[in-house]
Amino acid sequence: MTTELDVAYPARKLAARLATAACCAAVAIALVPLLAVLFYVAKRGLGALSVSFFTELPRPVGERGGGMANAIGGTIELVLLASAMGIPIGIAAGLFLAEYRTTRLARVVRFSADVLAGVPSIIVGVVVYATVVVRMQHFSTLAGAGALAILMLPLVARTTDELARTVPDSLREAALALGASRWRIAIHVVLRTAAPGIRAGCMLAVARVCGETAPLLFTAFNNRFWNESFADPTSSLQVQIFTYAMSPYDDWHAQAWAAALVLVAMVVVLNLAARRVLRGPKPA
Amino acid sequence: MTARESSPEKMRAEGLSAWFGGKRALKDITLPLVERKVTAVIGPSGCGKSTFIRCLNRMHEVVPGARTGGKVLLDGRSIYTRDVDPVRVRRRVGMVFQKPNPFPAMSVRDNVLAGLRLSGIVPPDPNRLAEDALRQAALWDDVKDALDRPGGALSGGQQQRLCIARCLALEPEVVLMDEPCSSLDPAATAKIEELIHELRERYTIVIVTHSMQQAARVSDFTAFFNVGELVEYDLADVIFTKPSDPRTEDYITGRFG
Repeated sequence: MTTELDVAYPARKLAARLATAACCAAVAIALVPLLAVLFYVAKRGLGALSVSFFTELPRPVGERGGGMANAIGGTIELVLLASAMGIPIGIAAGLFLAEYRTTRLARVVRFSADVLAGVPSIIVGVVVYATVVVRMQHFSTLAGAGALAILMLPLVARTTDELARTVPDSLREAALALGASRWRIAIHVVLRTAAPGIRAGCMLAVARVCGETAPLLFTAFNNRFWNESFADPTSSLQVQIFTYAMSPYDDWHAQAWAAALVLVAMVVVLNLAARRVLRGPKPA
Repeated sequence: MTARESSPEKMRAEGLSAWFGGKRALKDITLPLVERKVTAVIGPSGCGKSTFIRCLNRMHEVVPGARTGGKVLLDGRSIYTRDVDPVRVRRRVGMVFQKPNPFPAMSVRDNVLAGLRLSGIVPPDPNRLAEDALRQAALWDDVKDALDRPGGALSGGQQQRLCIARCLALEPEVVLMDEPCSSLDPAATAKIEELIHELRERYTIVIVTHSMQQAARVSDFTAFFNVGELVEYDLADVIFTKPSDPRTEDYITGRFG
């Protein structure tokens, strides 16, 4: 006697296997560019890396050696400054979007954030150039960081918005019944409950602007030396890569690869850290 | 009946109605809530019991489109006049919800103190206050070595007592309980009921419950609601032994609802 369970369904099994194989192939194809970039940058960059790359300033054309200490510092400075501006405002905006989600203003802000997220970064750079750089009459670290902060804003705001909405309403209700005001609930209950995810989202936003070059070209510009204040232009790895790669000198090309490797490493580390944060501390 | 009339009223609903959008959920409820007594609100699902107690601490209006009519008095003063801040009402009239809802990102201690912190108050002796509230909620012995563990790590019954402690830490005058045992097992339910017996010494308690046995066990007064109306209100003994309205009798004898 054959029962339902004994039927083998060979066609179905074949189809399932084919589908699995197709998915694996797609994953492999998607991984190729990533691995190729990492591998190629590592291969070209490692050869040019040296201690002096991290400790010395760029040398004039024709003189071999030198480093990009100021560009590494500049990138870190720009990103920290941009984060200091973009993250608090982005989180506050995101909390507003989530807690007042049905208001007309929230809908307008959410739509604006989505549009801003889609604006090409070079346009943000041009706008900051026209409004800040032209008015201050010189390029500055602050203008560069401002441009990066504008790029971070919609990312941070929308991540916060999404994560704050996953906080159950029963918690908001509990807090309301305890006599809490809306804004205190937003900060002490919603933000605190969604904090791990928001933290990870911020780190991803930081990683994203770490590599932005276009908006820095005419805001932070570049600097052969250390910048003395935020009002000075500053060097950055991104812009140095661009400048050196465009130059006709082999020595500079090699340095551009080294800078690329350092930048990629920074982004990868930030991404890994974000995953770590999202997963939470390991149980002891 | 004389016992009821001679006891002081802590709160009173007068001609209270409530709507969700166009739908009327409560019709003209007039009901006293006697000080330091337990009043149970019973009735079939959807009869407006929860809506009623949510009107007592102005939580009903939090739902979009919800509104109320009529009066609710707290110590003789209306809580629905323009000059009354709902936040202040909620601090005097605390609430425990159907599903335990401790703040998952806060420790047990921080949960108990959350009401104060959320009101921007820094208690002078937070540990003492937390211990007091946890003792009152009969949870201290369970959690005294776990005050720094997350509130969500406790069992369901402990979480509910944590929510009660969180409510008591604000030193409310009235405690509203919206089916506080409906998600708990019988042992945890027994503990909460025992707790209600103790809390009545200090607080005016209003409890919504689906369980008539529970209402009979814990309450001094019982109000029976049906389709948004108050059918009958009396001493619990009277309601459960010789109700005057046939609908009440049908409900408590299990003929409907």
